[in-house]
Amino acid sequence: MTDTTYVVRHARVLGGDAADLVLRDGRVADVAAAGSADGGAGAVEIDATGLVALPGLVDLHTHLREPGREDAETVESGSRAAAAGGFTAVFAMANTDPVADTAGTVEQVYRLGREAGYVDVQPVGAVTVGLRGETLAELGAMATSAATVRVFSDDGKCVSDAVIMRRALEYVKAFDGVIAQHAQEPRLTEDAQMNEGDLSGVLGLRGWPAVAEEAIIARDVLLSEHVGSRLHVCHVSTAGSVEIIRWAKSRGIDVTAEVTPHHLLLTEELVRSYDPLFKVNPPLRSERDVQALREALADGTIDVVATDHAPHPVEDKDCEWSAGAMGMLGLETAIGVVAEAMVSTGLLDWAGVAERMSFAPARIGRLDGQGRPLAVGEPANLTLIDPSAGRTVDPFGLQSRSHNTPYAGRTLPVSVVATFLRGRATVLDGAVVGAVVGA
Amino acid sequence: MNRHLLSAADLDRDDAILVLDTAAELASLTDRAVKKLPTLRGRTVVNLFYEDSTRTRISFEAAAKRLSADVINFSAKGSSVSKGESLKDTALTLEAMGADAVVIRHSSSGAPHRLAHSGWIGGSVVNAGDGTHEHPTQSLLDAFTMRRHLAGGKGDLEGRRVTIVGDVLHSRVARSNVLLLDTLGAEVTLVAPPTLLPVGVESWPCQVSYDLDAHLKDADAVMMLRVQRERMNASFFPSAREYSRRYGLDAQRMAMLQDHTIVMHPGPMNRGMEIAAEVADSTRSVIVEQVSNGVSIRMAVLYLLLGGAQLGTGDITTDGTEA
Repeated sequence: MTDTTYVVRHARVLGGDAADLVLRDGRVADVAAAGSADGGAGAVEIDATGLVALPGLVDLHTHLREPGREDAETVESGSRAAAAGGFTAVFAMANTDPVADTAGTVEQVYRLGREAGYVDVQPVGAVTVGLRGETLAELGAMATSAATVRVFSDDGKCVSDAVIMRRALEYVKAFDGVIAQHAQEPRLTEDAQMNEGDLSGVLGLRGWPAVAEEAIIARDVLLSEHVGSRLHVCHVSTAGSVEIIRWAKSRGIDVTAEVTPHHLLLTEELVRSYDPLFKVNPPLRSERDVQALREALADGTIDVVATDHAPHPVEDKDCEWSAGAMGMLGLETAIGVVAEAMVSTGLLDWAGVAERMSFAPARIGRLDGQGRPLAVGEPANLTLIDPSAGRTVDPFGLQSRSHNTPYAGRTLPVSVVATFLRGRATVLDGAVVGAVVGA
Repeated sequence: MNRHLLSAADLDRDDAILVLDTAAELASLTDRAVKKLPTLRGRTVVNLFYEDSTRTRISFEAAAKRLSADVINFSAKGSSVSKGESLKDTALTLEAMGADAVVIRHSSSGAPHRLAHSGWIGGSVVNAGDGTHEHPTQSLLDAFTMRRHLAGGKGDLEGRRVTIVGDVLHSRVARSNVLLLDTLGAEVTLVAPPTLLPVGVESWPCQVSYDLDAHLKDADAVMMLRVQRERMNASFFPSAREYSRRYGLDAQRMAMLQDHTIVMHPGPMNRGMEIAAEVADSTRSVIVEQVSNGVSIRMAVLYLLLGGAQLGTGDITTDGTEA
C-alpha cells in the first residue's frame, strides 16, 4: 500500500490510444479518456505523452546468485536491475549455493525479495537434490512453503535421466506445478564451447550441436504427453527445437517455451572475437536460427521472452574463451532488445510484447497479481516505455552488480521511463527510486 | 604484414611469399660458421608456453637468439601460472617487463587472439599453437619445405597436390595448412575417418575424402598428422590397429607414391600408428628437415614483425645492417 496517488496522463495503453491511468492504494483506480482523469488532491501527475504503458514485465528466468555468489549479484541488486528494466516480477532460478532445493532456501530467497521491495521475487525450486539429477528434491514442501513454488527447474543442468524427468512431471501435477527443462543432452555437449557448425570448425572450439537440445525437447514433449503433465522449455535456441515444439502444440501437448533476448538478436559470428562476453549456454546460434526464433515468438509457438539474466564477476569474463563463464546480463536490456528484434521489424506490436513478457510468463508460473490487464481494480503493476528514446548501453551504468552485458556500446531503440509495483514507483524518470546509480 | 601472426589467414599471398623468401635468405646466412645476426639486438621476445612443447619452444628460442634478441622463457610449470594466475595478469607482467613480442602456446583456442586484442599488452603476438585452432608458423615451415622440394625454392605452390591425413578434428596444424596452402595455390585433400573431421569441413578450401589409397598416387606431398591413441577411448575409431590399417602410411602405401613425392609429419610421431618406421626413415621423409626449416621460418616471422623492414635478396649483410 502506498500513500501516493499517481495520475499517468496520455499513456498509450499496450501501444493503443492514449488514456489516463489513476494508481491508488496499490491498484488501478481509474482508466479514463486522455486528459480527463481526476486523481484528487495531492495526486502526483506523470506526463506520459508518447509513452507506451505495459503491464509490469515478468521474467520467468533470472539468476539472482544469492545465496552463494553475492560477488556477482544479490537479490537486492538483481531486483533493482529488474525494476530498471520494466519488470515487476522475476522468477529466481535454483542454481544458487546452496541450491534452492529445500523449503528453507526458497523461503530465504522469497523473504530477501520482499525486503528489497523492487519486484516480486518468486523462487524456482530445484527438481533434484543439489541439481545432481539423481533424486527428486522435496517439491511438495517447496510448493506449500511461504514461497508457494510452482516452477521447478534444474536450470544450468538438464534433467537428463528419462525416469527422473517422468517422475518429476507426474509428481508436480498434485500442486499444478511445471517442470522447466534446460534441454541439453550432457554427453553430446561435454566441454562444448560454442554452436557446432562451420564456424566452430574454423575457430577450433568444441561444438554444442543443435541436436543436443532438440533430442531432449523431443523426448520431453513425448513424456509430457504420456503422463499428461505441463512442460516448459527454457531458452529455446534452434530452428529445429521450434519445429518440435510446433509439432507438439499441434498435437495438443501441454508445452510452453521461452526464448532469451540474446537469442533473438545475436549470432555466433560474435564468437570470432574469442571474447567470453559472448559465451552463453545454450550458445549463440546462426542467423537462420535467429530468424526461426523470431517467427516462432511472433506466431506463438514460443510463448514468452525470458532473460536468463546471468551475472558474472569481471574476472570470470576477462580471460581466454575456454576459461570464461557462460551467461550474460539481460534484465536491463530485455525490452530494448525485444523492441529491436520484434517491434521495429513489425513482427510484434506492443500488445504482443505484453502477452509474451507479462501475461504469459505470469500464467505459466501461476503467479497471482502479476501479468494482469491494465484495467480498473487490477494491481497497479505497470511500466512506461519511451518507444522513441534510444539508449546506449553502458556496462558500468547498470543496476546489476555485474557488468557482463553483450550489448556494451550498442544503442537499443527504447527506454524504460517508469515502473510501478502495486502503485509504488520503483523507477521514475528512467532512474531507480532511492538507488544510487552504479552502486 | 599485420602486427601479429595469429592465423594463417592473416597472410595474403604476398605476405606468405615474403615470409618464405625472408626465411630462405636467413637460412643461407645462418649456414655460415657464425650463425648470429645482430638484427633484433635489444629487443625482448617472451616465449609464453602454457602447454608442454619442447620442440616448438626450442625452435622459437633458437630463432630469436640467432637474431640477437633477449629471450625470456615463461612456462606454465613451476611458475605463477600453475598457482592460478590469469592470462591477463601474466600478460600485464610481461608488458611491464617490456616484451616486444610474445610467442604464445596455449591449450585454449583463441588465447593468442585474446592476448593481441584485449589491450593487455602492446607488443606483437605470435601464435605458437592454440588449442585445436591454429599453428601458423608450422604451416609456414611446411610450405617452405614443400617449396624447396617441389617448386625450386621460389614463388608459390600453384597446382601442387598435398594430401593431409589423420586427426583433422583436433589438429591445429591441419587448419593452418589448409588456409596457407590454399593461399599459395596448392590443392589440398584432407583424408580422415568421418569421426575425425570437423562439422563444416566441406566449407573449407580443400577436398575431403575417407579413402587414403585414392589420394596417394597423385600427391606431390603427403603429410601425416599425429593421432593420439587415447582417441580410441572416446570412440573416434575402434582400435589403434584398425586406424593404422585404414589410415596409416606404411611401406606398401609408400610404394604407390610418385618418385618426387615427399612425406611430412609435424611431429612428434607415433611410429607404427600413423606412420611406419621404414617410411619415417626413408629418403622421401623430410621430417628432420622440417625441424631445421622451422628455425628459419620463425626467424623470418620475428624479423618481419619486429624489424618491420622488407627484405629482398641481398638486402642483409652478415652484420645485420641493411644495404
